[in-house]
Amino acid sequence: MSRAGTVNAALLAVLIGGAIAAHLAGELFVVTLATKAAIFALAGVGLNFALGYGGLISFGHAAFFGLGGYVTGILASHAMSGEPLTTLPYTMNGTNEMLAIWPMAMLVCGLAALAIGALSLRTSGVYFIMVTLAFAQMIYWFAVGWPRYGGEDGLSFYVRNVFPGVNSMQPLTWFAICTGLLLLALVFTATVMRARFGLALQAARRNPQRTVAVGIRPFGIRLTAFVLSAMITGLAGSLYADLNRFVSPAMLNWHMSGEIMVFVILGGVGRLTGPVAGAMLFVAMEHLLGGVSEYWPALLGLVLLGIVLFAPGGIVGILTGGRRRV
Amino acid sequence: MTPLLEVAGLTAGYGPVQALFGVDLTVTEGEVVALMGRNGMGKTTTIGAVMRLLPAAGTLRFDGRDLLSLPPHRAARLGLGLVPEGRRCFAPLTVAENLTVAARPGPWDAARIGRLFPRLTERRRQPARTLSGGEQQMLAIARALMTNPRLLILDEATEGLAPVVRQEIWSAIRELKTEGLAILLVDKSLRELKALADRAVVLERGETVWAGPVQDLTDEMTDRWLGV
Repeated sequence: MSRAGTVNAALLAVLIGGAIAAHLAGELFVVTLATKAAIFALAGVGLNFALGYGGLISFGHAAFFGLGGYVTGILASHAMSGEPLTTLPYTMNGTNEMLAIWPMAMLVCGLAALAIGALSLRTSGVYFIMVTLAFAQMIYWFAVGWPRYGGEDGLSFYVRNVFPGVNSMQPLTWFAICTGLLLLALVFTATVMRARFGLALQAARRNPQRTVAVGIRPFGIRLTAFVLSAMITGLAGSLYADLNRFVSPAMLNWHMSGEIMVFVILGGVGRLTGPVAGAMLFVAMEHLLGGVSEYWPALLGLVLLGIVLFAPGGIVGILTGGRRRV
Repeated sequence: MTPLLEVAGLTAGYGPVQALFGVDLTVTEGEVVALMGRNGMGKTTTIGAVMRLLPAAGTLRFDGRDLLSLPPHRAARLGLGLVPEGRRCFAPLTVAENLTVAARPGPWDAARIGRLFPRLTERRRQPARTLSGGEQQMLAIARALMTNPRLLILDEATEGLAPVVRQEIWSAIRELKTEGLAILLVDKSLRELKALADRAVVLERGETVWAGPVQDLTDEMTDRWLGV
């Protein structure tokens, strides 16, 4: 196994091993923390797809994280109340089946990303950052101003949605579901990035003109990457809603976009398991330091500064000790 | 016979600065054409305009199709294979990955590239940025060939390379010529160009000043236009 492969396996072993150890020790809260880290990691894997591999610095991924969350919350609350979601053009009921909610959340996020991406990818650099931010804030303010689903107060649902054959309320089971999806997303990312599409995406990040000269239009592959990225982050948003059994506009806020970006940068931009490392460190710091002082993000800021200045490859870059391959 | 590439009265520039004032140039199937001229006379600009990487006006046709109305990636897909000046591979990707990105169906595949440049096969898994200059140049040519072009455009393919490596590149280009690939060539080595090219087109100040069989280039002409 290559050095990078060893680091990837080790990071996942820490996450999974930590959760199992906590379960055996009866520390159920730690299992939930590990679940939160897995979900944040999944959101980061989504962003890394566009930002790390495609060089698309999206500052609006909270839009997809939040949309995934809202789709979940809305479907679950309708399932609870028994009131149909819509009766036109045909009756559509809510659902509390994760296997039905996930595709729906990903579909909504994919369509949103298609619209947002088609417009924002016409710009680049700082304008791209600002346009993605603007779209996310639009959705945020829409959620704040829409009383039907709780507006600013958010939307609660009291029972976690169900997964066939298991009890999703059991912390370790729920952790296994979330981590399973994280692993799938990692395998998907690794596979895509080795395929022609992924290679072209990375080539276009380095030099769009050169990819044009070999007959590839960067816009198309970038838009595809943006949509796939949004779908992964949207799935994470769905899980996050289920973790808390609550969604609120905070999931859509630009703070959230920033946090997802922090997972990626802390862990290593364009590194496969970078977001896993970043999310674990973030959750650990939030838990350990958050108890000491409410100003813990100041320390997080220092860590982030240190990483950006001295280890641009993030945690994974430090562990593998090499330049990033892609 | 309709020319493969037909350029007439081509003008192009960089923003407000016009660089080409009327370039005429044709390449027919199976022909090797040398694009010549001193530094700054518009050779690379012409190539950029042909590849549709620069805004241009005039007549620009490839196999009878108007290139100016096409977006650049479509123009490239018609069969224009560019080996840009200064090598410019996809540095972080490995040799094999560089080739995969460009691959388009046709007779050129990784195996055939391996026969042309055995060194690239040895370095398959190495990132392009770790290759020597000559190897990067081979990779840039290989990448262009992987698109299965009908016209290969080489911009200063042997610039800045050791003499031994230059000879390797030249012999590869000769082999491509023997196979009947049309090639548009920019290079500083007059001796090699004369040995290889069928025709020459000379640019001066962004205009075609001479075009004809390469043997017809007299010393007086090369002194005047190429300053050697």
